[in-house]
Amino acid sequence: MKNVSTPSKALIYAGLGFIALLQLLPFYFGLTTASKPKTDLTSPWVFPGQIHWANFQTAMQQGNILQAIGNSALVTLVSTVLVCVLGAFTAYPLARRITRGNQLVYACIISLIMIPPLSVLVPLYTLMKDLGGLNTHWGIIVLMVTGNLPLAVFLYTAFMRSLPVSIEEAATVDGAGPLQVLFRIVFPMLRPVTATVAILAGVGIWNEFALSTYFLRTDETRTIAPAVAGFFASQGSNPGAAAAASLLSVVPVLLAYLFLQRSFIKGMVAGSLK
Amino acid sequence: MTVTRTPRPTDTVSVVTPWSRRRPRTSSIFPRRLNWFYVPALVLFAVFSIYPLISGVSLSLTNWNGYSRGKAFVGVDNYLRLLDDDVFRTALVNTLIYGVGSTIIQQVLGLGLAVVLDRVVRGASLLRAVIYLPVMVSPVVLGTMYYLIFRYNNGALNDLRALFGAQQVAWLSDATVGITVIVVVNSLQFVGISMVIYLAGLQGVPTEYYEAAQLDGATWWQSFRSIALPLLQPAFATSIVLNLIGGLKLFDVVQVLTGGGPGHSTHSVSTLIGETYFSNQAAGYSAAIGVVLFVLIVAVTFVLNALLNRKRVEL
Repeated sequence: MKNVSTPSKALIYAGLGFIALLQLLPFYFGLTTASKPKTDLTSPWVFPGQIHWANFQTAMQQGNILQAIGNSALVTLVSTVLVCVLGAFTAYPLARRITRGNQLVYACIISLIMIPPLSVLVPLYTLMKDLGGLNTHWGIIVLMVTGNLPLAVFLYTAFMRSLPVSIEEAATVDGAGPLQVLFRIVFPMLRPVTATVAILAGVGIWNEFALSTYFLRTDETRTIAPAVAGFFASQGSNPGAAAAASLLSVVPVLLAYLFLQRSFIKGMVAGSLK
Repeated sequence: MTVTRTPRPTDTVSVVTPWSRRRPRTSSIFPRRLNWFYVPALVLFAVFSIYPLISGVSLSLTNWNGYSRGKAFVGVDNYLRLLDDDVFRTALVNTLIYGVGSTIIQQVLGLGLAVVLDRVVRGASLLRAVIYLPVMVSPVVLGTMYYLIFRYNNGALNDLRALFGAQQVAWLSDATVGITVIVVVNSLQFVGISMVIYLAGLQGVPTEYYEAAQLDGATWWQSFRSIALPLLQPAFATSIVLNLIGGLKLFDVVQVLTGGGPGHSTHSVSTLIGETYFSNQAAGYSAAIGVVLFVLIVAVTFVLNALLNRKRVEL
């Protein structure tokens, strides 16, 4: 900040500090509420003298939060891997065989990004019921993969088009089949874009609520977001436990964000700059 | 040696299809059987995207209740019913408020933060990370924590007001206040995305441009308005499209903070779809609302893309 006077510099820092504080406050209130007993009616601004762990216990025992975290981890991991693999598979011909037919296929896939998941709730629910996919992990995985694949195809196709064709051509001339070219030559070059796709899809799937709230209604299969919401609604009189459940569900994402902050932000930019 | 060539009639005729302005590049190196690679994805899309879309339209023309086997074709009755449904009208208006309101707040705040953080050196990356933090968290979790701020008894905001002797406010059980709270919470959660997009845009402006402007005696505001703003055009387009569509699809925050209440006054179109299907057992009607939401999003996307990508300034 070269040509900025000291008072306006102070003003800028004050404004920035205020907004940063604003973003952190909800987490602070979550923490204070979660660590006070139900009988403690002090303001959420007041930090408790002594941390009360019972809310976390309630969240784990009655809310099955640990199970929900496990379910979310499974669904997120499998869906994200599938999105990356299927995304790269789908993008390869679309990036390398630019015929009119393939351009049409590409345009159709990209336009699927526009479908809001809830706009097809009724037919999708009926279909899943007929297929026996309600309250199953595979059911929600299929939906998460379908929902996240168009953006993955878009990112992979754009990235592959920026890679030189010559290496793949040389391998083909040397007698490598398309599968060999894809696995041995293309996949190893895709690392940067795969990080982006994995972060975008992974965070989205971990936080997903709209579909999982309707498609996962049993404790055994429920993922994190509907579990927290369900806990919140049914235990409305016990906000301490609801806050504890929220905090527990955030821990894995916060840890990942802390370690991979730079690539998270980079991934979001790459995903948003269409 | 010059070769003179008489123009042939085919020269000026080029087939331009809507999705291709370039002549397709086919190569014998990449054979046709490569197309098999996208078949698994196409099957997935056909079954879980395209088929639901089509069957949603056909369900929306029936009076199905979602449970029984019987359903009768009722034509466009559901759509006609939507026209006089006050609950739907409220949800539609709310959805537009959520979309437009959040978009405005996020552009103003996001651009402001980006401009300031682009110049601040000390602590910039920490501040950026903190402001971006809520983007990573599930809206359900953030909504639960915001509930602790906005609830009536023991809510952080009402406690703060009490400190100054002000009256307590029912933030979530009043329609107008509730809608405002939802817009603010949604904007604050995702302002980090706009901020990062604008930061990326600002960092793409070559510093020589500013230096040249400074030599010519331009003030900061002048150089911002005539150098940075025009070059931020693609960032504006991206950020506005993303925020507006995100706001029009809004579901999570509404569901957690107010559940659409009091009454039906804070519903968005998305939350109304679920309630109409599962609580009111009107599957056909719910499917019709879904079709309207889909058409709304598609229309808004096309209009925005046409408006925002019209003129672009190239570096």
